[in-house]
Amino acid sequence: MTGNKAGRLSDVLRIDRALVAAMVAHARRDHPDEACGVIAGPAGSDAPLRHIEMINAERSPTFYRFDASEQLAVWREMDDRDEEPVVIYHSHTATEAYPSRTDVKFAGEPGAHYVLVSTRAEETADVRSFRIVDGEITEEPIELTGDELAVQTYKIGHTPTSIVYDCADRH
Amino acid sequence: MAVEVRIPTILRTHTSGEKIVQGSGDTLQALFTDLDSRHNGLAGRVITAEGGLHRFVNVYVNDEDVRFTGGLGTTLKDGDSVTILPAVAGG
Ligand SMILES: [Zn+2]
Repeated sequence: MTGNKAGRLSDVLRIDRALVAAMVAHARRDHPDEACGVIAGPAGSDAPLRHIEMINAERSPTFYRFDASEQLAVWREMDDRDEEPVVIYHSHTATEAYPSRTDVKFAGEPGAHYVLVSTRAEETADVRSFRIVDGEITEEPIELTGDELAVQTYKIGHTPTSIVYDCADRH
Repeated sequence: MAVEVRIPTILRTHTSGEKIVQGSGDTLQALFTDLDSRHNGLAGRVITAEGGLHRFVNVYVNDEDVRFTGGLGTTLKDGDSVTILPAVAGG
């Protein structure tokens, strides 16, 4: 049995459609540089609720790094509000939405859902979610909650159990 | 110099799960030597074999990134608060 070594981790990301759309919008805006950010939620809830766009200090199409001062401020704020980083996301602007070797090497939040957004296709972004624990990648399905959006700007995941949206018609 | 040190989730295996530990030292270097004597392996997660700070670990003294205050040579005084955070980075 691989993955979910910590046992307490859920093996699905439940997230509001509007938050996924917000991550995709951020990724589109920063394209071709990588965008990155956090969705915080109450500690222990595994529920991503509060979207925080972070500065990519590298401003690069192939690398991202949270600005160290901004990260401290945001982590402090989460601490004060008894929140944790439920989702940590970044975009890949020329490759698929799958963690790179660098992503795995620096994955420092074993409790987080690592969400990857690929903006390499112009019309529809790909969104996938992973756990990265002890250098091991485990993909997990994304379960969308909340209201259907008028415009679907993304499709979800590639695991057999995930919900796949093909309705990317923007006309 | 009694100093409070905030430990990130990923390093709490070295502190029996403790989120905040106490340490002492006149400099960051001395503090990590002190911490490592009680929390075995902690220093090695922050300091490289060459004796510098790991590039992908952020250390702050009272909210100042120590990269701008002298790295491991940063001086500490009583009551200072040290925060360790893994950098969030990737490709
Ligand atoms: Zn990446």
